[in-house]
Amino acid sequence: MRIKHAFACAALAATTATSAFATDITGAGATFPYPVYAKWAQAYKQATGVGMNYQSIGSGGGIKQIQAKTVDFGASDMPLAPEDLRKSGLMQFPAIMGGVVPVVKLEGIQPGQLRFTGPLLADIYLGKVTKWNDERIAKLNAGVKLPATDITVVHRSDGSGTSFLWTNYLSQVSQEFKSKVGEGTSVNWPGGVGGKGNEGVASYTQKIDGALGYVEYAYAKQNKLTYALMQNRNGRFVAPTDETFAAAAANADWKNAPGMRVILTNQPGDKAWPITGASYILLHTQAEKPDATRQVLRFYDWAFANGGKMAETLDYVPMPDTVVQAIHASWKQITDASGKPVL
Amino acid sequence: MTAVLDNGPFTVAPDRATVLEHAPPPPMLRNNALMDAIFRNVTRFFAFLVFSLLAGILLSLLAGAVPSMRQFGLPFLWHAEWDPVKEQFGALVPIVGTLGTSFIALLIAIPVSFGIAVFLTELSPVWLRRPLGTAIEMLAAIPSIIYGMWGLFVFAPVFQLYVQPLLKKTIGQVPYLSGIVAGPPMGIGMLTAGIILAIMVIPFITAVMRDVFEIVPAMLKESAYGLGSTTWEVVRHVVLPYAKVGVIGGIMLGLGRALGETMAVTFVIGNAHQLSASLFAPGNSIASALANEFTEAVGDLYTSSLIELGLILFLITTIVLACSKLLLLQLAKREGTNA
Repeated sequence: MRIKHAFACAALAATTATSAFATDITGAGATFPYPVYAKWAQAYKQATGVGMNYQSIGSGGGIKQIQAKTVDFGASDMPLAPEDLRKSGLMQFPAIMGGVVPVVKLEGIQPGQLRFTGPLLADIYLGKVTKWNDERIAKLNAGVKLPATDITVVHRSDGSGTSFLWTNYLSQVSQEFKSKVGEGTSVNWPGGVGGKGNEGVASYTQKIDGALGYVEYAYAKQNKLTYALMQNRNGRFVAPTDETFAAAAANADWKNAPGMRVILTNQPGDKAWPITGASYILLHTQAEKPDATRQVLRFYDWAFANGGKMAETLDYVPMPDTVVQAIHASWKQITDASGKPVL
Repeated sequence: MTAVLDNGPFTVAPDRATVLEHAPPPPMLRNNALMDAIFRNVTRFFAFLVFSLLAGILLSLLAGAVPSMRQFGLPFLWHAEWDPVKEQFGALVPIVGTLGTSFIALLIAIPVSFGIAVFLTELSPVWLRRPLGTAIEMLAAIPSIIYGMWGLFVFAPVFQLYVQPLLKKTIGQVPYLSGIVAGPPMGIGMLTAGIILAIMVIPFITAVMRDVFEIVPAMLKESAYGLGSTTWEVVRHVVLPYAKVGVIGGIMLGLGRALGETMAVTFVIGNAHQLSASLFAPGNSIASALANEFTEAVGDLYTSSLIELGLILFLITTIVLACSKLLLLQLAKREGTNA
């Protein structure tokens, strides 16, 4: 009798406990912004008690899940074209900006020591440069002792917006890369090893001697990977810092881009980092669950107002105030079944 | 005329047995008939449920794969290009990866399992048998993702630093074989995936082999020993022929696990859609391609190609099972003629 009583109490407690989680919002998508979204979610929960559950499954997965309406919002580093948005009934807005950096694992090389140019990276990813002591790399890195190790190229095995930014940049600086590989969240990589998520690429780059991969900068910083400098459009060699990411983002023309689709790679500017991008949030314009959508908008409203410092500690670039105003205006197009804006 | 004793229905005085036959059955026997009927129908239902689930899975795989089959046709099986941008898909690389890693796994696992089983049944001291047997079974209980993590974090670096250079120095110098160890030592790749699979498959094959070796009648073995056979001769000529059905069954069990294994292989195979003769090169298997790409495949043709890959894996497993059944049938037939 005591045991049955205990079971009944436990069952009751469990049901009441689950109802407390009913206001949690769910999202899925890009691994690029996962560190900053996780940080925001933690702070938001402390501030308001509403949890945000984010699954970093890759931009392709985020697009697919929001189209299938299995999550409250999708996240993608690849902004959708206006026709695709219209076809799926979605709208997008940028939430955070960051940079993609090349990372290496090589004996005796320190972070920030190696230098690359865009065309050289394209050649390496095409398989035309196979050893670290190749003269094309040595020419850019005079005075650095490069071993005779084979280069192992690491790319993403899943559908990734980070891959989109990387291949988009390489397609701009190398005609051969554009015609042979192209750009996209999943491409036909000419060779190399595929890791799952930014986490997978970071992991392989840490383990394989002679590896060259690309990750979002927060992953390079958190895993203490050896990042490299890159030559930007103006010919200067820049390091990946929030200053250089912000310099690239400064040129973006958010107001006139349809669907707020702005590509920030290869931007002009002495201090601009060449592979910068914004990560987007995808929502349906016709909200089937207005409460959940309202919670999502409230979360990002809070994040735009209070999350800037947290993002900067991870070397992301928060959206500038003028853009946040435009984003708020764009939220008016999200309506519930009666046509009233959700927020 | 002799008078016939005729009392109507009761020609003979009714005895206890006849009364019991015609009386209504007592409650317990009544329930038994009902229980029997329920039991029979429920088990019949479960059997048909399993069958219909299998048919349902096969049908849904076929339905999903139709767009891809219509687009690429039969050449899908031998094209190697996997290009999501240009929407050109071919299954050759995953098929070769699946079959290759399973083959390597069996190549390593069969002799090792055989050795362990023989040791456990014939050679080991009695006090060691139970702990060793339990240890092997614990290997089977480890989740496959743990194998993947162990493979990536512990095994691969050691493999890259010590074993792969050694293999390159030895096999790499043999003229025709150097191709299979070509390429930079990365620690991950087809060979690593095959070795991890072998470790996962050994407990299954060993358990089955040990069980069938144990049921070989002691009299057969003792008779052979009595005639002066060595342990190896007893195993080779008495135990193995008696147990061969079980041995083949165990190997097929291991092969089935190796073909379908997903997470452990995904961690260490390198996820590259390229064909290479070298075992050190990264590759892809059907299960790991599905695990990596299915949740994010955008576009009907991409998704359909992945479903077709799943269908191909289903067919490979079915063919393997059918071949093993045929082999067992052949063995049984040969045994019949020899006897």
